[in-house]
Amino acid sequence: METEGKKRVWEEYQKEIADDHYFYVRSCIRQTFFPGSETTFLKILQNDLKKDVFEDARHTTCTGIGYHTDIVPLETTMTVIARHFALMTEAGYVNIIPSCVTSFGLYTEVLDTWRHFPEIEAKIREYLWKATKREFKVPENLVHTSDIIYKFRNRIKDLSKVSLINKKTGLPLNVVEHIGCHYSKMFPQSGVGGAEFPAVLTGMIEAWGGTVIDYPERRHCCGFGFRQYLVKANRGYSVSNSKKKFESMQPYQPDFMVANCPGCSMFLDRWQYTIAEMEGITYDSNGTGIPVLTYEEMAGLVMGYSPWDIGLQMHQVSVEPLLDKLGIEYKKEDKYLGSNGQNIGEPQKPMFLIV
Amino acid sequence: MAINSQHIVIIGGGPAGLEAASCLGTAGYRVTVLEKEKQTGGKLLIWDKLFPEFRNSDKVLNHLSNGFKTNPPQILTNAEVVSVIPENGQHRINLRDGQAFQADTVLITTGFKLYNAEKKEEYGYQIYENVITSFDLEKQLKTGNPIRIEAGLTPRRIAFIHCVGSRDIKSGNIYCSRTCCITGVKQAIEIKRRLSDAEVFNFYMDLRMFGQNFEELYIEAQQKWGVTFIRGRVSEIAENKDNSLQLKAEDTLSGRPIKMSFDLVVLLAGMVPEPRTVEIGKSAGLEFTSGNFLAGLDSHISQNETNTPGIFIAGTCREPLSVAETLTDARAATVKMISWLRENETSHKKPLIKRDND
Repeated sequence: METEGKKRVWEEYQKEIADDHYFYVRSCIRQTFFPGSETTFLKILQNDLKKDVFEDARHTTCTGIGYHTDIVPLETTMTVIARHFALMTEAGYVNIIPSCVTSFGLYTEVLDTWRHFPEIEAKIREYLWKATKREFKVPENLVHTSDIIYKFRNRIKDLSKVSLINKKTGLPLNVVEHIGCHYSKMFPQSGVGGAEFPAVLTGMIEAWGGTVIDYPERRHCCGFGFRQYLVKANRGYSVSNSKKKFESMQPYQPDFMVANCPGCSMFLDRWQYTIAEMEGITYDSNGTGIPVLTYEEMAGLVMGYSPWDIGLQMHQVSVEPLLDKLGIEYKKEDKYLGSNGQNIGEPQKPMFLIV
Repeated sequence: MAINSQHIVIIGGGPAGLEAASCLGTAGYRVTVLEKEKQTGGKLLIWDKLFPEFRNSDKVLNHLSNGFKTNPPQILTNAEVVSVIPENGQHRINLRDGQAFQADTVLITTGFKLYNAEKKEEYGYQIYENVITSFDLEKQLKTGNPIRIEAGLTPRRIAFIHCVGSRDIKSGNIYCSRTCCITGVKQAIEIKRRLSDAEVFNFYMDLRMFGQNFEELYIEAQQKWGVTFIRGRVSEIAENKDNSLQLKAEDTLSGRPIKMSFDLVVLLAGMVPEPRTVEIGKSAGLEFTSGNFLAGLDSHISQNETNTPGIFIAGTCREPLSVAETLTDARAATVKMISWLRENETSHKKPLIKRDND
């Protein structure tokens, strides 16, 4: 593999990422899947990097899941997104940072549509005014929150307590990076590094000491694919796509995976449990599965945050083998303690997947 | 020996430029060939064998150099032209090193550039070691050494991908580069000749076998050499752990997605205009085709004349052509040039060659 060739591709896909003053919009589903991720992002941005991040409780879904399953019409989606822009404008911000890759893709698609068809933008402005009496300015800078962490990866490295290095062997950890399809596959220019060799997660991993695995099915969908999962009859297709990826990455013995999309993190994690229960197999050598992190969780670990404070107990695949490799100390008995110190209850043990 | 004082400058010493120089010299004109490289011959110097007869490219090069017996042109190498400026009924040709030439008429034969296959990121050229272009393969064939992949091993399964950077609106090139189809057939046969046990596949959209004996060669590739042709565009290439390549495509005849592994993938990269052709064309006020090649005055009757009187074009600087077509095109251009010179024969008494430091 020629890394210089990759660097030339990355140079083609660089984008402007605002330095400060962000209007933050959360994901609908991440707070359920990996509830510590967004909190960790805010802590790193606000407390460690001293950035101005604002969020508005009146922000709603972008309708992405409904839109991509043909339930919500495009005009409705655009009007909802226009309302988000109005909230941003009213708060005095110009830089919008969605936490969800699907929201980011949809915002990008809407802005691109308006650039090509100004009459549609005018129509949506009219709809928004009629429905809410709100007006808006289009964002000056739209980036995904993983772009923000990518931008500050070297600052985070300077503040870090942990490197992505195996404490016992001293070798870089082997990391599988996976970007959401909606991050750059629809608009390659909108993603750092483009769609074929995206650099957004690779940049973080390499800056923090890890090695990225380029395995044959790296570009393949995580398996979520919206209607592959949302239509119940298609879920076997969803699992089989994830399985294809796991089988492809297995020979490289990854220490963990990291993703920047809510669905990808979820399905790469949960389907390992499903496949283990269905077939009695895992894709690591110990039967515990390959841990999956969100990029905020990865950044949180690097910054020395407690794994239980950033929500790693919510993962299906146990993260303890990874924490051991990183040399992070943790108390097993604290794993299921809530923020009030009370036990939140332990999940039922799987039959095959070792937890 | 020249019998006509009128001076012709040919920009580019490839097949078109040399063939035109030979014809114009034979007709008695004083010709100067300006070649930017240190040697004339253009891409024929790289190419090993030519389709469809597998003729050695040296034979064509010999033909071109043998054309200079009666009235040889002045050939200047390392002479990179940056602009052509129409001036007082003549043309001033400026070189990057500051030299300048005056000509009654100019023929531009600056050739083509290979499409930069790195732009098709999904194929991983210059990232995956065993993804090469047809140019890279030709260089390897020309050495006469056994065909090897990066690790020094003999490839057992080889794929050719057609239309890389041609007929591809995403790459910005909607036109057909024309010669890639037959090049894929020729190179597939050459591999089978050297590696009879190898499995060779061509992935194509459709095969445009327009030239004499092209279709016959395509049939021979299948019947005699066992080359497999799959109609389907390749979507992506990835590298396996052993550095072999995983290729995904859709077989559009069977309507099924396919995934195969190969030891070597050859990208049949198309032709694009040389950047300097565009630079020169703009300086001379020439018009361009939608593919940014130099445009002829009329697509049927005046392909070699341009919108700037006295400036002519020939060869692959105006459209993708085979070697045979390029030579024919060059000869056609010379006929038009001679006609034009005769019609515009005024007393041009300016110095044959003028240097800025004279």
